[in-house]
Amino acid sequence: MTTRIDTRFAACAAEGRAALVTFIMGGDPDPATSLALIKALPKAGADLIEIGMPFTDPMADGPAIQAAGVRALAAGMSLKKTLETVTEFRKSDDATPIILMGYYNPIFIYGVDRFLVDAKAAGVDGLIVVDLPPEEDAELCKPALEAGLNFIRLATPTTDDKRLPKVLQNTSGFVYYVSVTGITGSAIPDYSKVTGAVARIKNHTKLPVAVGFGVKNADTAEAIAKGADGVVVGTALVEAVRTSLDKDGKATAKTIDAVTALVSDIAAGVKRARKQAA
Amino acid sequence: MNAQNPNSFRNGPDETGHFGNFGGRFVAETLMPLILQLDEAYKVAKVDPEFQAEMNSYLAHYVGRPSPLYFAERLTEHLGGAKIYLKRDELNHTGAHKVNNVLGQIMLARRMGKKRIIAETGAGQHGVATATLCARFGLQCVVYMGAVDVERQKPNVFRMKMLGAEVVPVQSGSKTLKDAMNEALRDWVTNVADTFYCIGTVAGPHPYPAMVRDFQSVIGRETREQMIEREGRLPDSLIACIGGGSNAIGLFHPFLDDKDVEIYGVEAAGHGVSSGLHAASLTGGRPGVLHGNRTYLLMNEDGQIIDAHSISAGLDYPGIGPEHSWLHDVGRVKYISATDTEALAAFQLLSKLEGIIPALEPSHAVAKVIEIAPKLPKDHLMVVNLCGRGDKDIFTVAEHLGGMD
Repeated sequence: MTTRIDTRFAACAAEGRAALVTFIMGGDPDPATSLALIKALPKAGADLIEIGMPFTDPMADGPAIQAAGVRALAAGMSLKKTLETVTEFRKSDDATPIILMGYYNPIFIYGVDRFLVDAKAAGVDGLIVVDLPPEEDAELCKPALEAGLNFIRLATPTTDDKRLPKVLQNTSGFVYYVSVTGITGSAIPDYSKVTGAVARIKNHTKLPVAVGFGVKNADTAEAIAKGADGVVVGTALVEAVRTSLDKDGKATAKTIDAVTALVSDIAAGVKRARKQAA
Repeated sequence: MNAQNPNSFRNGPDETGHFGNFGGRFVAETLMPLILQLDEAYKVAKVDPEFQAEMNSYLAHYVGRPSPLYFAERLTEHLGGAKIYLKRDELNHTGAHKVNNVLGQIMLARRMGKKRIIAETGAGQHGVATATLCARFGLQCVVYMGAVDVERQKPNVFRMKMLGAEVVPVQSGSKTLKDAMNEALRDWVTNVADTFYCIGTVAGPHPYPAMVRDFQSVIGRETREQMIEREGRLPDSLIACIGGGSNAIGLFHPFLDDKDVEIYGVEAAGHGVSSGLHAASLTGGRPGVLHGNRTYLLMNEDGQIIDAHSISAGLDYPGIGPEHSWLHDVGRVKYISATDTEALAAFQLLSKLEGIIPALEPSHAVAKVIEIAPKLPKDHLMVVNLCGRGDKDIFTVAEHLGGMD
């Protein structure tokens, strides 16, 4: 099975560069603006798109992404609407991989089987569910793989060599390496350690390794892109949404441009870091 | 999926932390290695006689156990039915049952070499117990507490500070217990190397629900012995309030296989379950996944967690321990609920009749005693877990009753 995710990472590798993975909270600041934003991301330089599924209790996220979820839910976002967003996006883009990222409860309540059918039909390629470690693979990971979706797992500095094989066992698409222990948007990683960490994971898998947490601009993206197959940026984009809003928290004429400008800048940083011939 | 002996209600959870379909380990990957490490450390400690001896010594000389099993003569006379005993865990050092569990976890943290302890707290009783034992053992202590609870449980905030703990008011979400737990988990994800997360109730990822239950089961073990000593037999019924459910499971667990003992858990019905403003996860919720375990939760049709409502900060949580969810589904424990108004009435009645001011949490259990006991024969032995004292609640109660003059 080859998914859009596999194809896209292979294409970026062929260009000798890392892929840029962009995270946007679905429905932030409102469903319509969020859809327009997501549609604008590929042209700005995003290679893959992660759409956050908002949840009231995002226990691994920092204040910026928590607040984005609160804005989305207040604007009436739901898992059903997140899937509709993907359906809409797919009408004009059949190549950019879409990954849904969030927490398990909304999926569990939607119904795992129904969710997988609807996600596949909408054009979703992969899932990242933060609170489903390999110990709970029977819940969603295995059914998702059977349904033809990638299940992307987070590896962290606490995932040692003994545990890595377990984490990687049912992972597909790519491995998301979280470069610091902590919530999203918190500490700045030690960029010099990223290459070594990626190499450690690559000892255990042939999958591409994307690195996230701590990417704020072109320079930080460049630093990470030198040592990874992909660079994930999330909090910085969510903050760009927030700072573009009016005082009532509503989208303004600047909202989409604020985000796409930052994505273009970061994409340029990623492209500067042409990888050494591997 | 579950290897539990069908003849016993006391063998759970299985190796992966499941009580039937409930429980589990739904946490971020960053935390998984820590949870596994904790599980290992606890498995070793729990069968180590030295660990047990050390615990028992502190329980006796620092906490003040065993707590009395007290015959509430005037309450019994007033209600005219069942003979009511109070298990007086409000007499423990720090004023609630919480200290039983904290002592166990702090002993474990010390064995694991952890120097920094974090905790979440609702009413502040778990926070106070944690701050107390951290002071006793010279450990750094950070307590997360919803900003709303900081406001309504001021005496406990002050106590924690006096004991040297840092109290962090949590401003996210509903600013109550669930948000304090989110924030504690975020801290833990960030400070994995040196930090021990001391969870205050029988919830969270495995092994917490089982471990906290084990530490709290001292309540039920003592009750068994004391009742046999006093009455020559086991009680006929047990009743306890439930937020996450640690005091309740502590009382219930040693009796689960005694089929003739009726067991009642009392959830907080707030303004009434039908009002939507309550904290009764079993009565008014459905199974979902939050804070590391699958259990009954209050949520909307999209799986978004709904804020709980209760006059009692300690019961103001939209979930419940997974073992209770299982005991509910298999029908071993009967779960009922008491409203804010009923709890306030019980608070006053017990204060006036017995000279014991209960916390608002066990007032919910007392409220159901008031309802159930009169219908029972005089030889029916009923035990209510008085899991906390009411000093912390006097301002809240005064506010609701319109002053005390």
